[in-house]
Amino acid sequence: MRFFYRPLFRLVPDGTRIKFMRGRFAGLMVSAVLSLASIGLFFYPGLRLGIDFKGGVVMEVRTAQPASFPALRAALAGHDLPDAGLQALGGKNEVMIRLESRANAQATDAAVARVHAALDQVSPGNQVLSTSAVGASVSAQLFRQGLMALGLSLLMILIYIWFRFEWQFAVGAVVTLLLDITKTIGFLVITRLQFDLVMVAAILTVLGYSTNDKVVVYDRMRENLRKYKSMPLRELIDMSINETLNRTLGTSMTVFLAALPLAIFGGSSIEDFAIVMLFGIVVGTSSSIFIAAPILLFLGEKRLRRDTRPAKSEDPKKVQARAR
Amino acid sequence: MLYFSRLKAAAVFGACLIGILLCLPNFWPAPKNGMPWPQIHLGLDLRGGSFLLMQVDMDAVAKEKLGSTVDQVRQDFRKSNIGYTRLAADVAANQVQIGLLDPTQRQAAITALNDLLVPPNGPGSLADFDVSGDGTNLILTLSKPAMQARATAAVTQSIEIVRRRIDSTGIVDPQIAQQGDNRIMVQLPGITDPQHIKKLLGETAHMTFHLVDESANANGGGPAPIGDAFLPMQGDPNNKIAIQQAVMVDGADLTNAQAGQDPQTGGWVVNITFDSLGSRQFADVTSANVGHPFAIVLDNEVISAPVIREAITGGSAQISGSANAQAATDLALLLRAGALPAPLTVIEEQSVGPELGADSIRAGAISLIVGFLLVIFFMAGAYGLFGWFANISLVANLIMMMGILSLIGATLTLPGMAGILLTLGMAVDANILINERVREEVKNGRSPLQALEAGYKRAYGTIIDSNVTALLAHVMLFIFGSGPVRGFAVTITVGIVTTLFTATVFARLLTSRWYVSRRPTALPV
Repeated sequence: MRFFYRPLFRLVPDGTRIKFMRGRFAGLMVSAVLSLASIGLFFYPGLRLGIDFKGGVVMEVRTAQPASFPALRAALAGHDLPDAGLQALGGKNEVMIRLESRANAQATDAAVARVHAALDQVSPGNQVLSTSAVGASVSAQLFRQGLMALGLSLLMILIYIWFRFEWQFAVGAVVTLLLDITKTIGFLVITRLQFDLVMVAAILTVLGYSTNDKVVVYDRMRENLRKYKSMPLRELIDMSINETLNRTLGTSMTVFLAALPLAIFGGSSIEDFAIVMLFGIVVGTSSSIFIAAPILLFLGEKRLRRDTRPAKSEDPKKVQARAR
Repeated sequence: MLYFSRLKAAAVFGACLIGILLCLPNFWPAPKNGMPWPQIHLGLDLRGGSFLLMQVDMDAVAKEKLGSTVDQVRQDFRKSNIGYTRLAADVAANQVQIGLLDPTQRQAAITALNDLLVPPNGPGSLADFDVSGDGTNLILTLSKPAMQARATAAVTQSIEIVRRRIDSTGIVDPQIAQQGDNRIMVQLPGITDPQHIKKLLGETAHMTFHLVDESANANGGGPAPIGDAFLPMQGDPNNKIAIQQAVMVDGADLTNAQAGQDPQTGGWVVNITFDSLGSRQFADVTSANVGHPFAIVLDNEVISAPVIREAITGGSAQISGSANAQAATDLALLLRAGALPAPLTVIEEQSVGPELGADSIRAGAISLIVGFLLVIFFMAGAYGLFGWFANISLVANLIMMMGILSLIGATLTLPGMAGILLTLGMAVDANILINERVREEVKNGRSPLQALEAGYKRAYGTIIDSNVTALLAHVMLFIFGSGPVRGFAVTITVGIVTTLFTATVFARLLTSRWYVSRRPTALPV
């Protein structure tokens, strides 16, 4: 019964007082370097766009025997498909075949038919598990919409936090989120994972999760700003982070544990999504502590402190906002 | 915060009960009599099937309209004796350009074209064309609103025709919907190879009957005489036939078309029956042209051009020339369903085989179970009794989520399953926030009751803030995403809403019940 009643462990021991703000320059520097490197990677070698965003044909095939890639490649070239790309899919004799975008629907159909012919020649008894073909006009639109979803989400988050907190918090959060996103893109380039609509969903989920994390820490800072009117901002931020550390790590842990099985058992289409999620959770959690907080310290050193001290010329709106 | 009136407690448990009830239909097949049976639908990626996104060719709509206008102008001018030197459609500019012989006839010409220039449904409705130009130049420009109306009508009509064609193939539970301005989405569960459907939808199937110009040589290489067109025979593009462009009978005037075999030759034919207008036209033209060939044209190809042996007055006819049973059945199907107003092009296509769908369901289910267990063990270990309260709320959350997804008839995709799992991972965040808060209050020396009260109260604002921001991101994803990704956005959005209920209200009720029955002197934090 005791097993069910009392907690068995704590992630962070009570009374932890880590001076996070000491490492603020190191944190920001590392983050800036990583993000700059990611931006560099974005331009060269660049993201590997998935079929959603680039157009073309992707076929997943299960072969009766383990497929011989050279033979398959030769057969595809023999069927006038020199542009076909091959990729092994997690065991089970599965192969992914990729074709570039064709000029029109007829050409696409013809190319798919030739893939079938080449497969039957090299590996009789094969099974085509799935076929997707996306035309160039659709992929361009999907790409636009994906970026639009990302951009508008950031904007809405900025506006929401700005309404609920002081503007310093909003700017801190959005700058941190941008740094998170650039690193995620760098991660996509390095791992050569495909950037498609599912990845946009992963990034947006990370974005929502990461904001959530920042909001909790900010919430505590705001509360402490009211409670300890004379404490230096630097100490106050450290204290707030330490107080919420158990929650920050606890929630990261549960989301991480939820995403982990997806990365292991999820199968080809969801694995990549989960891997990006896992990466994003780690980045989002650390950026709440090492990036969002220092930015707030730089932006708010004077202003946030002054605002919380009752002054004669204080804007009545702000008093009201704080009273909430 | 901890006090629940009996009514309120009953309402909370009632909500959970409704959640369970809403989940139940998923475990039984829907009844046949068509009563509403809210159920979660499996997406094509889990169920296997094909998805087609097709674009209506709007240029063809405009071209068709301009072409028929040129014919109309020719007829109107002939009737009113107005001479012209030039008459041509300029598709790029959406115009019909006319060169008049005599500039003084300009007003008479405009009057003659009255039926094109005056709004067909009286003042206030839209005229199809605007007139411009001067002197001998008369320019008719297809107006933007008229073009718009025509395009909208074309898409609506296309959807109807697509639905009829797919329905007559016997595919179960197809979904056909408009997407954007000029796109049609078709989902075909269980169809792994959509080639046949694509072929059926790829033809406009506009059938017309024409007289043949026997004096013209269609294969000589020269241009077709005015009013004629050289069209290829079906399956033999080098063999052309000179037909008169005037339509004698239109395929739209059919009431039925059935595939069959000709008892004499044994070849495959399509037997067609005309409605009263079609029958009369068909009788007129066949009785006036006995001994002459009569061309049957489908999508600018001549199917056959048999010689009329005698007047056909019964309103039924036979189209020969089908290569096999499948071709005859398809042609009959297309003729019954009607012609598309414009060609459709497939711009996106996805098909998933049933094996892959089953694999995906298995992968999703295993991930869900493992992830759920990991989260539950973590919560139990880190928060003890309150962790178990959170876990019970988590089960309630899962049930309510399924209930709401069934109620709105949502489509569950593989990313959607991932969304459910992530929601569960994030849902306990609210419980963690509350528990940490309660713990702090205990450390600050508050009594158990005060600590619980304060913990719930203070954590509340944070929970709202953090969930609203997550909600914003996923609403954007829902608006701009498509296909399976949209399923993900739906599950997460629903999950955030149910989380707000179960993690704060339901877990609080459990805590309150426990506190009232035990009256503990210390909290297990």
